[in-house]
Amino acid sequence: MQLIVAVIKPFKLEDVKQRLKELGVHGMTVTEVQGFGRQHGHTEVYRGAEYQVDFVPKIRIELAVDDAQTHEVVDAIVDSARTGAIGDGKIWVQPMDALVRIRTGERGPDAL
Amino acid sequence: MHAVNTTWVLVSAALVLFMTPGLALFYGGMVRSKNVLAVMMNNFVAMGVVTVLWALIAGSLVFGTDVGHGLIGDASLAGLGNLGRGLAGFGPMTVSPLAVVTFQMMFAVITAALISGGTTDRIKFPSFVLFISVWLLLVYVPLAHWVFSPNGWLAHRGVLDFAGGTVVEINSGFSTLAIVLVLGRRRGWPSEGMAPHSVPLSLLGVGILWFGWFGFNAGSALGMNSVAVYAFVNTALAAAAGLLGWLCFERVREDYPTTLGAASGAVAGMVAITPCAGFVQPMAALLIGVLAGVVCAMAVRLKFRLRYDDSLDVLGVHGVGGLLGMILLGLFATRSVNRAGADGLLTGGGFHLLGLESLAAVVTMAFAFGVTWLIATAIDRTIGLRVSPEAESRGLDLSQHAESAYSIGGMGRIGS
Repeated sequence: MQLIVAVIKPFKLEDVKQRLKELGVHGMTVTEVQGFGRQHGHTEVYRGAEYQVDFVPKIRIELAVDDAQTHEVVDAIVDSARTGAIGDGKIWVQPMDALVRIRTGERGPDAL
Repeated sequence: MHAVNTTWVLVSAALVLFMTPGLALFYGGMVRSKNVLAVMMNNFVAMGVVTVLWALIAGSLVFGTDVGHGLIGDASLAGLGNLGRGLAGFGPMTVSPLAVVTFQMMFAVITAALISGGTTDRIKFPSFVLFISVWLLLVYVPLAHWVFSPNGWLAHRGVLDFAGGTVVEINSGFSTLAIVLVLGRRRGWPSEGMAPHSVPLSLLGVGILWFGWFGFNAGSALGMNSVAVYAFVNTALAAAAGLLGWLCFERVREDYPTTLGAASGAVAGMVAITPCAGFVQPMAALLIGVLAGVVCAMAVRLKFRLRYDDSLDVLGVHGVGGLLGMILLGLFATRSVNRAGADGLLTGGGFHLLGLESLAAVVTMAFAFGVTWLIATAIDRTIGLRVSPEAESRGLDLSQHAESAYSIGGMGRIGS
């Protein structure tokens, strides 16, 4: 099992969710986050004072997948979240040792 | 006429009172989310403290019989008694004296509340309450007697100030400068960003101020007459012109016309028209408004160069806008609008009025700054003005009031 974490542009969330549903992904967790990469931040002006805002709002998606499905899911996120401009975000994948469905107590891939 | 005039003054009094919660929203939106309740509370507590003190004694010291030399009124109206037979110096009145004193009470409330725009994010709540109580009696009351009571020494000399360019605007601006110099800057200012947390709140606040200002200025005619109509129209025009003036300045200097700039410009325009509202022609009001928008937009930048933390620009908008209004009144006042007024430099009256208006402006600046500095220093040396560094960094909402403006999720348990 793998944990896929993707940080994407907020307005792309709907596209990504739609594509992942089509792939048969069982679920995902979404959080509103802030951060910076090469996009850096932006400048705001209030009464003539400039404020540098370093952190840009992003959406963080987490989802657990079976090893066999990992590449397919990553490709789908890349394809649906890309705009081609700086700030499209990143995806990282890490091995996941254990997974439990709380309701039934099922463990491992059965809990996906 | 008596009933109509009294009705208008009472309606205006309610409009002016409504400005203080409007100011609370204006200020609340401009601070960080951890201090929004604290600054709004400073405004609300002024509605409590100032109203009570006004009824007990302050109103009498402003409008009671002059005790000599036009310096202060006596205690004959304490507790709002003895108001059946008119007010000293007003002559035969066509409006209820109690209504006039109550209308004026609302001015004292908002002037005290204005100061919280400078002291926000770091002043201890009990110290703020003590400060506005003492300040009301030692700063506001004398100034209001000098200008608003016909027996006051400035009014007696012929100084014109329709609705408080001195008593409300210059006074709040320079009192704020004095107390923020004693209080010190917010920790981290100006290097740390302290951007407004909700500009929409501020815009709604300015909408309420704008609405209430019609009562503030037109109500100051103390009756339903042609002067009230002029004051009403001039307020509308100066607000609109101030909004445009500030936006044009931003567009030229910074490329972006901002929403907070539009709101601030409208306030600046209304500040500057406050002393002039019932004394100038509508086209003069337009000019006064646009000049105020531009001049105040420049003035709010000064604090970064001079390094005083007037956090929400009470000096830059109210102090500077009030000064500008007093000077421009010396240029544009005309008896064609108000027979009880005077003619200014550009309206055939020569330098006389300009000299009087300048005198009143300088006296107000010096008196407000000096006495406020003494009061603030005395409080700072005794009970302290400022919260601890820890309390400041947690935010004043939690450290002063045990509340949060915005909470997400559970509220914890009741009790311990």
